Amino acid sequence: MLLQLEHIGKEFYGNRVLADISFGIEPGEIIGLVGENGAGKSTLLNILFGMPVISSTGGYEGEIQLDGHRVHFTSPNQALEAGIGMVHQEFSLIPGFTATENILLNREVLNGSSMSYVFSDRVSTLNREAMRQRASDAIHTLGVNISPDMVVSEMPVGYKQFIEIAREIDRKNTRLLFLDEPTAVLTEQEAEILLIALQKLARQGIAIVFISHRLSEVKTLCSRIIVLRDGRLITDSPAETLTTREIASLMVGRESTRKEEVPEISDAPVETGSVDDTLNAAPKKKKKPKPALKVEHLWVDMPGETVRDVSFEVKKGEIFGIGGLAGHGKLGIPNGIMGLYPAGGKVRLFGRRLTLNKPRAALGRKMAFVSEDRRGVGLLLDEPLDWNITFTAMQTQGRFLLGIPFIFQMRNEHAMAKETKKFIESLGIKCTGPKQKAGELSGGNQQKVCLAKAFVLRPDILLICEPTRGIDIGAKTLVLDTLREYNKEHGTTIIITSSELEELRSVCDRVAIVDKGEIAGILPASSPAEEFGMLMMGEKMRVALAATE
Amino acid sequence: MMRKLFDIIAGNAVPAVFILISAFAIPLSGYSATYLVQELLTRIGRNSFLILSLLIPIMAGMGLNFGMVLGAMAGQIGLLFIYDWGVVGLPGMILACLIGTPIAIVLGFFCGAVLNRAKGREMVTSYILGFFINGVYQMFVLYLMGWVIPITNPTLLLSRGYGVRNAVSLVGIRGVLDNLIPTIIAGTDSAKQFININGAGTFIAVHVPYLNGAIRIPLGTLIVIGLFCLFIVWFRKTKLGQDMRAIGQNQAVADSAGIAVNRTRIIAIVISTVLACYGQIIYLQNMGTLNTYNSHDQAGMFSIAALLIGGASVSRASIANVFVGVILFHLMFIVAPMAGKNLVGEAQIGEYFRVFVSYGIIAIALVLHAWKRNREREAARRSLRGNKGGE
Amino acid sequence: MIKRFIQNAGWPRIIIALFLLALFIAAPFVGVRVDTSLSNTLVRFGMNGVMVLAMIPMVQAGCGLNFGLPLGIIAGLLGATLSIEWNVEILSWLVGMAGKYNISWLTQEFADTWREPIGLASAIIIAVPIAAILGWFYGKLLNRVKGDEMMIATYVGFSSVSFMCIAWLLLPYKHPTMVWGYAGRGLRTTISVEGYWLHVLNDSLAVNLGDYSSMPEWINHLYIPTGMLIFFAVMAVIVWIFMRTKTGTAMTAVGSNPEFARASGVNVDKMRTISVVLSTVLGAVGIIVYEQSFGFIQLYMGPFYMALPAVASILLGGASVNKASILNVIVGTFLFQGILTMTPSVINSYLQTDMSEVIRLIVSNGMILYALTRKVRG
Repeated sequence: MLLQLEHIGKEFYGNRVLADISFGIEPGEIIGLVGENGAGKSTLLNILFGMPVISSTGGYEGEIQLDGHRVHFTSPNQALEAGIGMVHQEFSLIPGFTATENILLNREVLNGSSMSYVFSDRVSTLNREAMRQRASDAIHTLGVNISPDMVVSEMPVGYKQFIEIAREIDRKNTRLLFLDEPTAVLTEQEAEILLIALQKLARQGIAIVFISHRLSEVKTLCSRIIVLRDGRLITDSPAETLTTREIASLMVGRESTRKEEVPEISDAPVETGSVDDTLNAAPKKKKKPKPALKVEHLWVDMPGETVRDVSFEVKKGEIFGIGGLAGHGKLGIPNGIMGLYPAGGKVRLFGRRLTLNKPRAALGRKMAFVSEDRRGVGLLLDEPLDWNITFTAMQTQGRFLLGIPFIFQMRNEHAMAKETKKFIESLGIKCTGPKQKAGELSGGNQQKVCLAKAFVLRPDILLICEPTRGIDIGAKTLVLDTLREYNKEHGTTIIITSSELEELRSVCDRVAIVDKGEIAGILPASSPAEEFGMLMMGEKMRVALAATE
Repeated sequence: MMRKLFDIIAGNAVPAVFILISAFAIPLSGYSATYLVQELLTRIGRNSFLILSLLIPIMAGMGLNFGMVLGAMAGQIGLLFIYDWGVVGLPGMILACLIGTPIAIVLGFFCGAVLNRAKGREMVTSYILGFFINGVYQMFVLYLMGWVIPITNPTLLLSRGYGVRNAVSLVGIRGVLDNLIPTIIAGTDSAKQFININGAGTFIAVHVPYLNGAIRIPLGTLIVIGLFCLFIVWFRKTKLGQDMRAIGQNQAVADSAGIAVNRTRIIAIVISTVLACYGQIIYLQNMGTLNTYNSHDQAGMFSIAALLIGGASVSRASIANVFVGVILFHLMFIVAPMAGKNLVGEAQIGEYFRVFVSYGIIAIALVLHAWKRNREREAARRSLRGNKGGE
Repeated sequence: MIKRFIQNAGWPRIIIALFLLALFIAAPFVGVRVDTSLSNTLVRFGMNGVMVLAMIPMVQAGCGLNFGLPLGIIAGLLGATLSIEWNVEILSWLVGMAGKYNISWLTQEFADTWREPIGLASAIIIAVPIAAILGWFYGKLLNRVKGDEMMIATYVGFSSVSFMCIAWLLLPYKHPTMVWGYAGRGLRTTISVEGYWLHVLNDSLAVNLGDYSSMPEWINHLYIPTGMLIFFAVMAVIVWIFMRTKTGTAMTAVGSNPEFARASGVNVDKMRTISVVLSTVLGAVGIIVYEQSFGFIQLYMGPFYMALPAVASILLGGASVNKASILNVIVGTFLFQGILTMTPSVINSYLQTDMSEVIRLIVSNGMILYALTRKVRG
């Protein structure tokens, strides 16, 4: 056995993300590792490669054996030295360097020189000829034809992926190679070449762990498939015993755990002042369906989350979910509608066209947004809570101000603090008061601040991205319940974007699944998980099931 | 094709503008060609070494090393000591280098360590660091020398008994490197005249027909500069040079490949500081006088301006940029006051013009760099999209 | 408790405050009058305060420390020189206006007691729009070079100063007290403001304890430039109020997190431009206040290094590269100017040598270095 994992487990701040993972890898074996986002794959890799994030959060449970000996890596370089290579999803290549220079980065072939005895190897000159030879050998092993002198910045994306892999192959001692979504950026043809190359490598005795969402590839390439879900190992079986459909359902397929008993929040946020009349007049939800939001052929240029062509409708008072795998564009949709990234297409709010690419226009139409990037976009970490909560309302709706509009308006600190206190109480934000800095709060409480910021705007439509990302279990339920409550209370239309399918199924009325920048299908939340799983995995079965009452 | 042509022109816009300015100013100044060539050769010898010392930090992605004045100060301290001990000639110069080296290494190490704490704003930090160390230098030279540090030669000190005088004459080492191998290029008649005045046999004279007058060649200095260029060519080929290039392009990737990023950055600054120390010594042996409190001040600014005028940018500089820069910059420096005087009757305007150009060119280079970088960042973000949304 | 105080104040500030205190305590022993020193510190505080205040808007909007302050100073110099050049015209125009509306006592005042204040006011009134225009272009430039503002600001400052060197020579100034006598054109390097608006702010409402015979001897050299301090206070209050307006709030948010501000519908670039304009205008007003107290307009390379003391002052007061308050300005300016006043007098009397320049270099640049190398959250 080349590598053996024994009962690996990991907790982050009391939050269990991995439990009892055990499996082994033989030399020359190709294993497919699949799982939803958040199933624990990346944590597992982090543990294996001794990433600092693991040791700084209290290490891990269980034990790792390499060649039957117990190992414990404390840095990725140790793992590399032991012969475990890794090809990342993001390219770690130097753009201005040639293929050769990148493949042999920090492993250059040196000419011996007398100087190197006096100083160190670093003053020896490079042997370009030998380097070129080694690089082209590594590239040829992969079965592709890339010039070793080509500069990386001028390469198509697919080539870059091959260069990354070539770099790992060139390492003489590489015995085990982890590939994280290597085919995601490749064309079909390139992907095919890569798969053949990987099989060739395996025949040379290199074991490969192939992590991918493209299940058909996993099935054709791998001899064994391991499915992770919620930090547990669900299946470890030979590839031929599973169909792609079965794999998909194993990945997502637990029984719907829609919680019936919801812990009620004592103080639901109560709106004061003039709540929008249309809202008050609106009868209980779903009585008179009329599209609150109508999106037609939307495209959004958000890096890493490109939306290509998306159309859907959201009814007034509905909770609408958008799910899908990371990188396929689900986050691009709300960010594009709110004008944060360049977008095009038609978006209608209650029948009226919305100006895109202008956050101010979107906010002016009584939409509110909670960003997935809480610390980067959602909060002013260095400013007090009352600023965070009331700032958007102040700037776009002219509230919390004293004075004459357009001429002279000053902050109304008193009103700001009062409003903030109200939300601190109703959402149970743990803090020392409205003047505490947002950066000092815990993740869950920061998320509540973000929600409060959106609620203050008294929105007609609330767009929320990743509402429970990075917060602990208790806070998760609280946040979701708050949303459900708010929807019931005010009839506000809510659109939730989340990578956690279960979460969407538990709160939403309908869920759309986004795949490769397009909507793969829209299903009622009560549909079986398997259906969602298939949509997510990009198995070409676009069931445009419109949910109907 | 057109695009490429445009890129070439845009990429060399700065040198082109300077060639144009010079083309106008040279006839206006009324200087003879011989005079200009002589002046230029002197200045190439005087300044090139200092400018070359900027190349290595640029390679390591640390931008223009405004901290090179630290090296200049180290060199000046070396010179003060040899003056005090009365060591003259080439041995004096070498001794000054030997004294300056450890000081430059320590200062360079300090500078590198500080810059590692201020990643992303290396330039402004090294710039302020220059001022800060200038304060320490002044403390050292103005108060400690002659008080704590024994100085035997009273002509070096201020009348109050301690602290170094403002102007120190470096007669002992003046021109020792320049005139190590005395050489002139001269027209046949002029050569005879020259030899008549200076005595035969002391000069290697190259006769050029039709040349009017004689031009002295600082051959020794030029050879040293040539050696330095070879050093840089060699350095680029070493593992260390390769590592610096990698760090210069992407620190995160270099780090994940196991290159010791911070250490390598410190090495780059130390090398640059030590070379700047030698550069300042070469500069001052040509000048012949040391302005204790000012000489180093201008060294950084003029070197950086010259390099940029040569077509270098904050992130890319070559040996060719150094020489093109030093020629164009100093050509303007020589002719601007005269041209100003002949044009508006005021030499002062030419003086101010060249100062303005030095600062302006640095400002423009910095703006272009930041602009380009922000645009590239945008482009890089776009390329992250991959082929999913490429259309 | 003490630990918390030290943490809040920061070591460099405490060390420098203690050093300043020590200087004040040591002063009487080396024959330096404390009241004179204090008066000097107050005067220098008032002189420099507004220029330090000019740092706030840009720091708060995330544009970094305004090393480009010389640009504002240039606007101030233009205002100052033009106010002298046109002094007669401005006054006669005002007298004419007063005559037109038959306000004879005003005519008298204009010609006499209000002459100097009007000179100062006209300098400011001319300088402000120039500063606003320069600041607007400067702000547009800084918006395109986000991330590198400080270095570029430094060189924009330098190149504009050297550009103005040429301009001072060529601009068609005619006033005999300002141009070189022999050439009849080209401004002099220093121009006295005596007879125009020397000490207009310093001396209005000034308190001179020596005037009261009942004062004890040890304090009767105390002089308080009340007018100038009030002027500084008014400017500080204006900035304070501005930072609390809707625009000021948006500006602070932009500096704190530009992405947050953008997502909240704020035009980030516009806010940054406003901050730069404000900063430049304050710089222009600041230099005029400085000159009326100093007595001379320093042209040519005069404004070259003027940004550094201002930057150092606000950092000494506890500001960071992206957060600054009025309190930082007051504390910082007082400490910095206190050190500058006290070191020459006290240390020189003790060591018989002038170390103030060296100490200024080390303290001010050390302070800036400290701020630049400090880890910023985010």
